Amino acid sequence: MDTFLQQLVNGVTLGSVYAIVALGYTMVYGIIQLINFAHGEVVMLGAMVAYSVIVALAGAGGALPPLAILAIATLTAIPVCMVVGYLLERVAYRPLRRAPRLAPLITAIGLSIVLQNIALIIWTRNPLPYPQVIATVPYRLTATPDGATITNVQIGIIGLSIVMMAGLLLLVYRTRFGVAMRAVAQNPQVAGLMGIDINRIISATFALGAALAAVAGVMDASYYGVAHYQMGFLLGLKAFSAAVLGGIGNLAGAMLGGLLMGMIEALGAGYVGELTNLCHLSGWSDALAQRCVNDPHLELFGSNYQDVFAFVVLILVLVFRPSGLLGERVSDRA
Amino acid sequence: MTGILLALRNVAISYGGIRAVKGIDLEVARGELVCLIGTNGAGKTTTLKGICGLLPLTTGTIEYDGADVTGRPAFELVRKGLALVPEGRGMFGALTIDENLTMGAYARRDRPVIAQDVERVFALFPRLKERRKQTAGTLSGGEQQMLAIARAMMSRPRMLLLDEPSMGLAPLMVQKVFETILDVAQEGVTILLVEQNAKLALDVADRGYVMESGEVTLAGKASSLLHDPKVRAAYLGEAA
Ligand SMILES: Nc1ncnc2c1ncn2[C@@H]1O[C@H](COP(=O)(O)OP(=O)(O)OP(=O)(O)O)[C@@H](O)[C@H]1O
Ligand SMILES: [Mg+2]
Repeated sequence: MDTFLQQLVNGVTLGSVYAIVALGYTMVYGIIQLINFAHGEVVMLGAMVAYSVIVALAGAGGALPPLAILAIATLTAIPVCMVVGYLLERVAYRPLRRAPRLAPLITAIGLSIVLQNIALIIWTRNPLPYPQVIATVPYRLTATPDGATITNVQIGIIGLSIVMMAGLLLLVYRTRFGVAMRAVAQNPQVAGLMGIDINRIISATFALGAALAAVAGVMDASYYGVAHYQMGFLLGLKAFSAAVLGGIGNLAGAMLGGLLMGMIEALGAGYVGELTNLCHLSGWSDALAQRCVNDPHLELFGSNYQDVFAFVVLILVLVFRPSGLLGERVSDRA
Repeated sequence: MTGILLALRNVAISYGGIRAVKGIDLEVARGELVCLIGTNGAGKTTTLKGICGLLPLTTGTIEYDGADVTGRPAFELVRKGLALVPEGRGMFGALTIDENLTMGAYARRDRPVIAQDVERVFALFPRLKERRKQTAGTLSGGEQQMLAIARAMMSRPRMLLLDEPSMGLAPLMVQKVFETILDVAQEGVTILLVEQNAKLALDVADRGYVMESGEVTLAGKASSLLHDPKVRAAYLGEAA
């Protein structure tokens, strides 16, 4: 039972990161029906920029408290990513807004490669050990000494994610800017007739998604303790799958999808070995039973298969419920 | 300042190869209520979209308030006080009535006055007030038309372009909408009204233009158009 609780904690942590990244995909899709495949790279850039700042500050004598270092690093990564997100839209997607949908999609993939290579040049091809400025402290969740734990870093990631999600919902549902965003998403032409500068709203949406991505990048790299110029690829694909699972274009859907995706992945990783252990079938075959005497872990798939779950989910959603859990039927969107 | 608020000079608009508007001239004076009538496909909606910057002109110019505004985007014109209530109303169906009204006032910065204006349009449309927290998509067609006009009023327009406000409404509702249009005109708002319902439009308007296949074929005082035999035959369903 402890594996379950532990994987649940890990899953919620991961899921928080996925949810924050998924929101970036879903906001952009909601407003211009574009899948910004370069979004994962913005997450990576956030992690990388923060890395450089942390290294610089920690090396400068360590006069600053760890939390301040992390905060300064994140607050540097946010504007950098916002500019990148803004430029992606302004330079690459806007000229293609009336082009067939395949054109911006291919452009997005091209942009990911460009951003990866820029990162490769600046931060090398090696995995960068992410400085653990905050010492990890585990807190026990159960009375048993070797039971499930939650670390201060996990608490920080989950808490920060909740704050950001609540802030975003307030922005979108309680401010004039948020109403304008939703108006542009629904009917850009009429939004223009209201005096809304559609291009400014779209730019702001990209910048907002990129700001979230920057924080997600720092959280992800701090959690795993490593940053790499290709880290955005898989993270981005998983978050995109999460957005599709929740219903792309739907904010609550991205949050729910992200959380579920994290839990599916963590629980999957925790149990896949156990579930595919052939020794469960010992009763059926004497040969198997004999082998299992020596090695009781005759597992078909190990936890290294954890990355597979996101894509299994993506395929299942696309086949059985393309509109996602909370999305409106696809036909409702003109 | 001249008396002319809006002037179209030799305006032509095409969709690809299709010439939908073929070089028309049209003027609206300050405080005037002018109607533009014509059969389906005459080019009325296209003309309004051209005025608002939603469609590019192939030739011609548009002057608004003494300035050339040809090719300016819609959001800029709204900020200059030119508002369009589009054909089919253009509701933000998933936004509440309050939010739709907020969007109507988007171009404005005078918050306290905006709040007063919301109360003012609610006084004009009590039905909307009762439903202010409801999404616009749940309103009836007539209520949506009311909201569309109310929303346009929220921009405090100096000039309102209305594209077929009576479309799809029951007679009683049509009457209500037209009363509202007259109220708005009374407040000093200049109006260009596009209508299929020629009789109603000419009844409320000061002047009228008749459009046929992209061209203005007749223009004049509304009262004289009402008695023009060609208009009576073509638009008022009477034998010539
Ligand atoms: N998006 C478009 N693409 C191609 N042709 C169009 C387009 N919109 C309108 N047209 C054509 O332009 C002409 C004028 O259309 P418009 O909508 O301006 O007419 P209208 O006078 O508003 O008619 P109605 O009274 O039916 O609304 C029509 O022949 C129409 O088929
Ligand atoms: Mg029309």
